[in-house]
Amino acid sequence: MRIIRTVTLALSLCLALPALVGASQPPPPQPAQEEFVPLDQLPPEAELPAAPMVIAAYVFVWAAFVVYIFSIAKRLKRLETDLRTLEQGRRG
Amino acid sequence: MRKYTHILLGAALLVFALAPVLIHRAPYESTMGLVQKIFYFHLPGALMMLFIALFAGVMSGIFLFTKKPWADHYALAAAEQVVLFGAMTLVTGPLWARKAWGVWWEWDARLTSSLLLWMIFIAYLLLRRFGGPGSDKLGAGMALFALANVPFIYVSVNYWRTLHPKTTVVPNLVPPMAGPMWWAFAGFVLMSLVLFALRVQQEEQRARVEALYLAADEG
Repeated sequence: MRIIRTVTLALSLCLALPALVGASQPPPPQPAQEEFVPLDQLPPEAELPAAPMVIAAYVFVWAAFVVYIFSIAKRLKRLETDLRTLEQGRRG
Repeated sequence: MRKYTHILLGAALLVFALAPVLIHRAPYESTMGLVQKIFYFHLPGALMMLFIALFAGVMSGIFLFTKKPWADHYALAAAEQVVLFGAMTLVTGPLWARKAWGVWWEWDARLTSSLLLWMIFIAYLLLRRFGGPGSDKLGAGMALFALANVPFIYVSVNYWRTLHPKTTVVPNLVPPMAGPMWWAFAGFVLMSLVLFALRVQQEEQRARVEALYLAADEG
């Protein structure tokens, strides 16, 4: 059992070593950004799409209303059950 | 009460059904483009959060000084709506900011104080749910504390340099943009009134059921 544990630990260290070495090395030099690029001149692939943001915002607003309405309906149902229990208790 | 609730609900649904058409027809903002359309739900949500937080604070004050149960019911119903509209504001805002500012969040005075207000009301609701006897008075104190935060949230953008636009934006909106914004705001107000009426009604029934349980226990 002890041998298996030692071998597993040694194997894990061997596998993790390249990653650790890679992490400790400095990143390759990036080409210098010499000029400021205005937002409207960015290539289309570098721009963040606006439509998913707008859709997500609108969906969230609607979902929040629906969830809240459902929570009120659920609480009303629970109240009705409580009232019924009380009425049955009175009759009993 | 129920009759008026139905009328209000009908009006709210009508306003909400027309809102996307008006927002679609509104002109694009020159620098932000499509993403600026989030504004038409973000700003009404934020305004509702502030107005309802003020209302919850005032009702809590009335409850603390007069001990009237209706004031507590109103404050509790309003507190839930502060959390609802606050969530809308705090989610739609970062979605807009990511595209417009390049970041999801900025720890500036407006955003941080809005988050704080929302968290105070989350704490208020947790206290009311799990606090037991006396939580109504403690909660009312919390709502008063939140009330003091509201004017600070509103004016913060005028006093601290921030990415968030100042309060002068809304009065200077061009009519084709102001129209859909106020229309969406009207929809939020109507929906809020419907939900408020339902929630107050429910809270009154809950108080009655609790009284009946107590009477049954004593009998």
